[in-house]
Amino acid sequence: MVGIVVVSHSPRFAEAAVALALEMVHGERPPIALAAGTEDGRIGTDPMRVSEAIAEVGSSAGVLVFMDLGSAVLSAELALDLLGDPGFEVRLTSAPFVEGLLAAIVGAAYGADLDRVHQEADGALLAKRMHLGGEDTALAPAPSPGVPGRSEVAG
Amino acid sequence: MDNVTLDTLTDWLSRFHAAVTERRDYLTELDSAIGDAEHGANMARGMAAVMAKIDVARPGTVDELLKTVGMTLVSSVGGASGPLYGTFFLRMGIACGAVCELTPEALGSGLRAGLDGVLQRGKAELGDKTMYDALFPALEAYATAVAAGSGAPGAIDAAADAARLGRDATVPMVARKGRASYLGERSVGHLDPGATSAAMLISSLAAAMAG
Repeated sequence: MVGIVVVSHSPRFAEAAVALALEMVHGERPPIALAAGTEDGRIGTDPMRVSEAIAEVGSSAGVLVFMDLGSAVLSAELALDLLGDPGFEVRLTSAPFVEGLLAAIVGAAYGADLDRVHQEADGALLAKRMHLGGEDTALAPAPSPGVPGRSEVAG
Repeated sequence: MDNVTLDTLTDWLSRFHAAVTERRDYLTELDSAIGDAEHGANMARGMAAVMAKIDVARPGTVDELLKTVGMTLVSSVGGASGPLYGTFFLRMGIACGAVCELTPEALGSGLRAGLDGVLQRGKAELGDKTMYDALFPALEAYATAVAAGSGAPGAIDAAADAARLGRDATVPMVARKGRASYLGERSVGHLDPGATSAAMLISSLAAAMAG
């Protein structure tokens, strides 16, 4: 199964996001490793821990890495450098953290390959977007601060 | 005779540690305006770990010293400055090689390799309100001074001046990187904490060279 690595600033956030996703898994779980918080228990990320987490869940099926924000992304990229060639494929995904993790964990549990798991994670916001009024609206740039969300255009 | 020795580089780190520790609250205050209010604490903790590490390891070459610094920062900082400053020192160490002292040119290319690493890691551009805005003009000033025949101390003085100007120029910028970027226009009017610590990095080197 594809391995999943969860990089977050907060261990509680990462654990909760994984627990939420695992509610959908009723059979064998894919390998999942967390790299969340710093070594001394603060909010933050640790590139060394990310490398270890990748190695823990790595197999020929590959690994997909989720990151929450900011330094999580830099730490994950640095972890790849530190890892060199681990002998399996590792990808970082820009998928939404909660929805993407759910899609990837479910996909991996059902035996999807890395391409498929990655694709499902990246597309995981679609259902929410559609529900809230269609993809086009969701993708439009956010209005600048101070500008009313609904413009009144005189006919 | 104008070469930069391992002792000077160690003194640089020690002065940088002192600078971020002394100005820890100031850096944190800057970071509380546009970040997670951790920069001062993160840098002080990271550099304290660095000093403890090199005190025990006593690296015998420039690359060993700088790689130890880089790896320690990577694993002890926790915020974005860990990977960024860590990459800076790792790349600088690799570029400098297993030598015991650096010519002014070698110091310049080492710093440049470090900056290239920061750029590759952070993908910042000039004007994004980051440490790059202080470091880039600093290294340009250094290279210009060395090319004009200046020794390393004079060149690094010029670099420190340029870094301070670069730091101050971040005030009117809109943050485009890191968590500050979520603030958009609201980040205008604040000094960038990363550019501020980066200017300290260069002025600490200037102070170490001045002795």
